[in-house]
Amino acid sequence: MLLEVKDIVLNYGKIEALHGLSLEVGEGEVVSLIGANGAGKTSTMRAISGVRGVSSGQISFNGENVTNLRADQRMRKGLVLAPEGRGVFPGMTVVENLEMGAYTRRDRAAILSDFERVFELFPRLSERKKQVAGTMSGGEQQMLSIGRALMSRPKLLLLDEPSMGLAPMLIQQIFSIIREIAQQGTTILVVEQNAKQALTLADRAYVLETGNIVKTGKGSDLLTDTSIREAYLGVA
Amino acid sequence: MDFTNLIEGLAGFTVDGLTKGSIYALVALGYTLVYGVLRLINFAHSEVFMVGAWTVLGVYTAVGAHSGVGVWLAIGITLLAGLVAALVSAGTALVVERVAYRPLRNKNAPPLIVLITAIGCSLVLVEIFGHALRVFFGAPFGRSAVNIPTVVPTREVFTIGNFNMSNIDLIVILAAVGMMVALDLFVNKSRLGRGVRAVAQDPDTASLMGVNKNNVIMLVFIIGGVAAGLAALLHTMKYDFAKFDMGFLIGIKAFTAAVLGGIGNLRGALVGGLLLGVCEVYSSALISSNWEDVTAFVILVVVLMFRPTGILGESLGKARA
Ligand SMILES: Nc1ncnc2c1ncn2[C@@H]1O[C@H](COP(=O)(O)OP(=O)(O)OP(=O)(O)O)[C@@H](O)[C@H]1O
Ligand SMILES: [Mg+2]
Repeated sequence: MLLEVKDIVLNYGKIEALHGLSLEVGEGEVVSLIGANGAGKTSTMRAISGVRGVSSGQISFNGENVTNLRADQRMRKGLVLAPEGRGVFPGMTVVENLEMGAYTRRDRAAILSDFERVFELFPRLSERKKQVAGTMSGGEQQMLSIGRALMSRPKLLLLDEPSMGLAPMLIQQIFSIIREIAQQGTTILVVEQNAKQALTLADRAYVLETGNIVKTGKGSDLLTDTSIREAYLGVA
Repeated sequence: MDFTNLIEGLAGFTVDGLTKGSIYALVALGYTLVYGVLRLINFAHSEVFMVGAWTVLGVYTAVGAHSGVGVWLAIGITLLAGLVAALVSAGTALVVERVAYRPLRNKNAPPLIVLITAIGCSLVLVEIFGHALRVFFGAPFGRSAVNIPTVVPTREVFTIGNFNMSNIDLIVILAAVGMMVALDLFVNKSRLGRGVRAVAQDPDTASLMGVNKNNVIMLVFIIGGVAAGLAALLHTMKYDFAKFDMGFLIGIKAFTAAVLGGIGNLRGALVGGLLLGVCEVYSSALISSNWEDVTAFVILVVVLMFRPTGILGESLGKARA
C-alpha cells in the first residue's frame, strides 16, 4: 500500500473531528472519500498531509511512518495536497504559483517540461501566465491549484473538493482532467461532496460520516448502493 | 516659517534628508520583513541596530583605526567593520528569534504575549549595553555616548551652485539604495525569495509546497539583521557615536517609515524611510530642529488618514512588482 492510515484521531481543541479513522490507497489507484458537510473530509486531508497533527493513530507512506513529520517533510516524500478552497498564493502570478509547486525540485529541464504538461492539461492557465492569481475566477484558481500540485510530480496527489463552487460544465471538465492525470500514472485520493462524479471516477471509495468511515467498496458498486443513492445521490 | 532658508538651501537639505532617510529605510526593512512573515512587530530590532554600532566601534578599536590612515586602508577597515557589524547584528536578531519568539510560536502563544516579549528583549539588550557591560568591562560602556573615530573623513565630491555633495552622504545613500534593490530582486526573482513571499501570504499552503517555515523565518531575521548592521555602520560614518539607547528613536522612526510606506512591503520601507528623512529635515529648516520628531508623526497620522495601508499598501506578498 502506498498510503496506510490507521486509527487516526484528530482534535480541534476539545472537539474530536476524526474518531479513529482508517483508510488505504494502493499504488496507481484512484480512491475517493465522500461525505456530507462537516463529516471530516478536510480534517482527514489535513491529517494526511501533515498540516495538522493527529492525537493518536499512524500514517504510513511508501512503507515509512510519517506520522511525526511536518507537512513540508511529507511533501518532499511525494505526498502532495491541493487544499480545499484552492489556496493559491493570491499575490503571485500563475507562473510563480506553478514555480512554488516545483519549489523542492532542482531539475530545471524536467520542470520546464512539466510546465508544458500543465499548460496542455489547462489551456486556460497558459493564456494567463502573468495574471495575478488573486484576480482569477474560482474555476481558474482551482485549475491553478491542481496544476501547482502536479508541478511537484507527486507520488500521491490529494485533492480536497476540486469541484467546490464550480458550474456543472466546469465540474465535468475538472473531473475529466483528473481522470487524465490518473491515466498518466499518478495515484490520487480525492475528497468530494459531488458523490456521483467522485464514485464514477474512483476505483474504490470510502464514505465518511461524522468522523467515521461507514462504508467502503468499489466506486461502481457504491454508485448502485441504495443507501448511498438516497443519502448522497439525491435519488430514492 | 523660514521659507527663504529652506529654498536657498534646498539641495543641501534634500541630500541631508535622503541620508537620514536611507538609514531609516535600512532599519525599516527588518521591521517590515518580520512583520510580513510573522505579523509581529519586532521591538528588539532597534537594539539589533544598536549592537551593530557598538560592533563598528569594537572593530575600529581592535584594528586601531583613526582618521589618518590612507584611502585604501580606510576603505578596507570600513568594509571589515560593515561585514562584522552585519554578522553580529544578524546573530543578535537570530538569537532573539530562537530564544524568545520560536518557543512562544511552538506553544501557539497569543500575539500580545509575543509583543510583550519583544519589548522585553529590547529592554534586556538596552540594559546589557547600558549597564551590564560596564560592570564587567568598564569604559567605554556606560550610559553616555561614546565617540567613534572617523575613518573616512568627510570630503566634497562635487559642487553644484552653492551645494556641496559630501562623500559620506553619497556613500550612505548609494549603499542603502543598493541594498534595497538587491533585496527586492532577491525576494521577487529568486526561488528562496519566492518561498519567503509564500510564507508571508499563506504559511500553511507554503508548507504544502515543501517550504520549511522556520528556515524562512530565520532567513528573514538574518536579512533584517544584516540591513540593520549595515545601517549602523552608515550611521557611525555620518554621526560618529555609539550609545546604549541610540536604537530607541531610530527604531521608532524606522518603524514609522515602514508603516508609512506600507508595512510588509519592501519598497514601502524605502519610500517611507526617504520621505520621512526628507520631511524631517525640511521641517527643521522651516521651523526648528525641535520639531523634527513631531513632524515625523504628524506625517504618519496624515498619510494613514488617507491611506490606512500606507503609501504602497500592505504585505510582502500582496503588494508585488
Ligand atoms: N479549525 C477548526 N477548528 C475547530 N473545528 C473545526 C476546524 N476545522 C473543522 N472543524 C470541525 O471539524 C468537523 C469536520 O470538519 P471538516 O472541515 O473536516 O469537514 P468537511 O467534511 O471537509 O466539510 P465540508 O464538506 O464542508 O468541507 C466539523 O464539525 C468542523 O466544524
Ligand atoms: Mg472540507
